[in-house]
Amino acid sequence: MAQVSMTVNGKAASGEVEGRTLLSSFLRDQLMLTGTHVGCDTSQCGACVVHVDGQAVKSCTMLAVEAEGADVATIEGQANADGSLNVIQQAFQDHHGLQCGFCTPGMVMSAAALLKDNPKPTETEVREYLEGNICRCTGYHNIVKAIMAASGQDVSAIAAE
Amino acid sequence: MYNFDVVKPTRIADAVKELSDSTESQPLGGGQTLIPTLKQRLASPDKLVSLSAIDEMRGVCTGEDGSICVGGATNHATVAAEAGGYPALAATAAHIGDPAVRNRGTIGGSLANNDPSACYPAAALGSGATIKTNAREIAADDYFQGMFATALDEGEIITEVRFPVPDKANYQKFVQPASRFALVGVFVAKYADGVRVAITGASNDGVFRWTEAEAALSSNFSADAIVGLSLSGDNMISDLHGTGDYRAHLCAVMTKRAVTAAA
Repeated sequence: MAQVSMTVNGKAASGEVEGRTLLSSFLRDQLMLTGTHVGCDTSQCGACVVHVDGQAVKSCTMLAVEAEGADVATIEGQANADGSLNVIQQAFQDHHGLQCGFCTPGMVMSAAALLKDNPKPTETEVREYLEGNICRCTGYHNIVKAIMAASGQDVSAIAAE
Repeated sequence: MYNFDVVKPTRIADAVKELSDSTESQPLGGGQTLIPTLKQRLASPDKLVSLSAIDEMRGVCTGEDGSICVGGATNHATVAAEAGGYPALAATAAHIGDPAVRNRGTIGGSLANNDPSACYPAAALGSGATIKTNAREIAADDYFQGMFATALDEGEIITEVRFPVPDKANYQKFVQPASRFALVGVFVAKYADGVRVAITGASNDGVFRWTEAEAALSSNFSADAIVGLSLSGDNMISDLHGTGDYRAHLCAVMTKRAVTAAA
């Protein structure tokens, strides 16, 4: 067992982990931050995406000990300080960017990483960025629309195909 | 996953020492292939030696001879952003996997694994890159030795990969949409002394050079030079995503596209 310490959503977090403990397991099972979902557990679906030092990563494919000292952000830290939804989350609600919601934490975290680097992405750039985030309900159109709207762009011309 | 210890040395020499002791140990790059492999219990090391804390193995720089040098523990996103001196290499890195995978996966990990459908082996072989390890320098032509097989010895670590920059180059990947690996990927590079064509995703022997196309392109660098050339599907990967013959056909198609895009 090893001691691991990191910052999660701005707060210090630490715990005892095995070498094999995944970051997703540490977040969910030890910190009880179950907003980070584990879908495929094979790094394909992206439901487990969190930010590590500002970079989107699949937390099911990173060892917890590799996040030692890192600044980790999860879906639980995305809301505004007063508890209201942030711009991306609100856009997902406004544009019906989710149905069952299982993929949504990963979608929101990927969207946040995209908009940080590319504040006004094109629709193609949004779709390319979401290649590692799988949604089995929406058909993606409304997710793309939500992210475009969250970037402050006019989405009235983006039709649901 | 069976349990294992993880150590995080900060210097190459310490990593080599950790890998050479009596335990069953394995280097850990970004883990984007190794961790799924461990989950499936296809490997069961006692110890993983993480290379993520070794600063001297990270980053992109330009060598004295103008070549692009990439530290072995540099992730794909960094190469995509910083290898602007070799645009085709940066573009190749920018389309490996997906954004989250590119933030973790490393060039050294990819080349050490030598997946027969990975992108970097095509870039390295197509560029005639030099693979530097803690012990020696290996020419790409000697490095790739078949599917998942390389010239690396046990415990040997890729510390840097050096790419000579060609006059023109391009990588064309026919994406296998579920995995985002190459169903077939072709890297074409035109150097002063000739053209190199390296193909991934196709052969049962892993990445290979299509020497016939290289000869034709060296005298006429245009897609027309490929017309009439073909590869046999006999020793090509044949699976539910495509037959050997289909992959052989794609090799020529993607080579033409790469030449057209590079020219």
